[in-house]
Amino acid sequence: MATLMVPENLVYERPHSFTDAPTHYCPGCTHGVAHRLIAEVLEEMNLTERTIGVAPVGCAVFAYNYFDTDFVEAAHGRAPAMATGIKRCLPDHIVFTYQGDGDLASIGMGEIVHAAARGENITVIFINNANYGMTGGQMAPTTLPGMKTTSSPDGRDVETQGYPIRMAEMLATLDGAGYVVRRSLHDPANIRKAKKAIRTAFEVQERKLGFSMVELLSTCPSNWNLTPVESLKWLEEHMLPFYPLGDYKVAPAVAAAKI
Amino acid sequence: MARELWEGNQAIAEAAIRVGLEAYFGYPITPQNEILEWMSKRLPELGRAFVQAEAELGAINMVYGAACTGARVMTSSSSPGISLMMEGLSYIAGTEVPMVLVNVMRGGPGLGNIAPSQADYNQICKGGGHGDYHPIVLAPASIQEAVDLMPVAFDLAEKYLNICCILIDGSIGQMMEPVELPEMRPVVRKDYPWAVNGAKGRPRRILTSIYLDPPEEEKTNLRLLKRWREAQEKEIRYKEYFIEDAEFVVIGFGTAGRVALSAVRAARAQGIKVGLFRPITVAPFPYKRLAELARQASAFLVVEMNAGQMLEDVRLAVNGSIPIEFYGRLGGVVPFPDEILSEIQRVAKAKLRADSDPIADWMKRMEMIAR
Repeated sequence: MATLMVPENLVYERPHSFTDAPTHYCPGCTHGVAHRLIAEVLEEMNLTERTIGVAPVGCAVFAYNYFDTDFVEAAHGRAPAMATGIKRCLPDHIVFTYQGDGDLASIGMGEIVHAAARGENITVIFINNANYGMTGGQMAPTTLPGMKTTSSPDGRDVETQGYPIRMAEMLATLDGAGYVVRRSLHDPANIRKAKKAIRTAFEVQERKLGFSMVELLSTCPSNWNLTPVESLKWLEEHMLPFYPLGDYKVAPAVAAAKI
Repeated sequence: MARELWEGNQAIAEAAIRVGLEAYFGYPITPQNEILEWMSKRLPELGRAFVQAEAELGAINMVYGAACTGARVMTSSSSPGISLMMEGLSYIAGTEVPMVLVNVMRGGPGLGNIAPSQADYNQICKGGGHGDYHPIVLAPASIQEAVDLMPVAFDLAEKYLNICCILIDGSIGQMMEPVELPEMRPVVRKDYPWAVNGAKGRPRRILTSIYLDPPEEEKTNLRLLKRWREAQEKEIRYKEYFIEDAEFVVIGFGTAGRVALSAVRAARAQGIKVGLFRPITVAPFPYKRLAELARQASAFLVVEMNAGQMLEDVRLAVNGSIPIEFYGRLGGVVPFPDEILSEIQRVAKAKLRADSDPIADWMKRMEMIAR
């Protein structure tokens, strides 16, 4: 065993910007993947010592236990406002929010839209898993038409419950948005692309090029009532057609920076 | 500094800037817009942070974030806007970070009106948001007093890791008076052992109001309570006028106290031995001093621009030992000194009972006024 542990053979380890705490996430949930990508980027960019994270209300409410950076815990949906207050007082620090779809696209719609409109120089990692995970799988603004949840037991009826919101597309219309993209965490190729986007988003902030957001299509096996593997497949088959992956806003200054 | 003519809201804003305000986040609402407007000009020119938020919800959560960095931060609003901020105020109290809130009260409930009122005494003095916490609340009666209380408010907020509210009404916000403002002090961000500002050369810090384990939440609540009890012990402020030989005492805070002072002076000129007690800290409330005064005075007359909210605190202090009378105007109506003078004259002559119901008696008299 000892021979496996020599540094020359070490090809994969826990990012140093992580703490040792085991996460509370359900088996197969992609929150862990998203956390790891952020931690890797913070470490690679050497940002751990001057980053302040803003945790949401939702499954990621305890995100602050896992990152070895300063962290605050926001009220439900208010993370972009809290991040604004921090960033305006510490303009040379890196401030990011980590928010789910209920937090960001429902109760926090006002805060996220205006943070983007102001071109607030923060990074938002947006986890879209099409339901409220923490509270037991209720319908979210991102729940697909016809999708069954605990509060749309017969499937989301768009006639009475409205249509899902495509956040990346919507925020991309705002002039203050510097970098707004959607990626997915359903397979290794897409995970690599997601990491690249997260890296770009933090670079955009570091270079003060405005608001950046990476929307990550994610799974929720527990509330979808699927196995982790089935969940990945479900995401690919049902969420990708409705939420196309892509770069929705790459401001000219961001494109010119060739990150 | 020389005395200059200042509008209340602007003087409060400038005083905050001069005592080291680093960041302001707000949203327009009458009658406090001049604070936001003043900040929007002054803070950027001084290289400090100003954001006009999308709503009071956004504003208070920006304050929350800024407070977590250890910056000297404030917001201001008026009654309906303060209601919207209650969520954030509760989180700020639960996270134990300091902030100053200026509440320029107007008539309510609901949209109400934009006239001066004191109807949000209970809302802010008794906590406002969910959970067991008490903001410190200072109630000045003039622009000078408000200006003088600005550094006190920041110091109290920072000492007790709490919300400190300057509670005024639209008349103090909108009137102009000669004022002496403080000297401009340099901004010094304190090196708090709790502030989040990057975990460089130290362990990471987490600021949160969530304590999932009830015994941990209980400890947090006890910590808040301990600080509150200390503030109750050490921070009581009030002003007394003509108290020494007073046979009965008028009690009023802020504008009501100021109008009552004119009435008390007029009554004194008529030989009525009446005094005035004006609490400056309405939270913590000067219960002990009022209990002492209740041993000297034969009666209290409480005057408020609400339906008797502080009256309940006075009744607690007196505990039934002497009669208490009440006179209030509601909905944005400010009492004239003459009205309070006739109340003083009535109380001076009346045979009062300690077990009477001051609200019921006042309502009977109000029916005559409102007719």
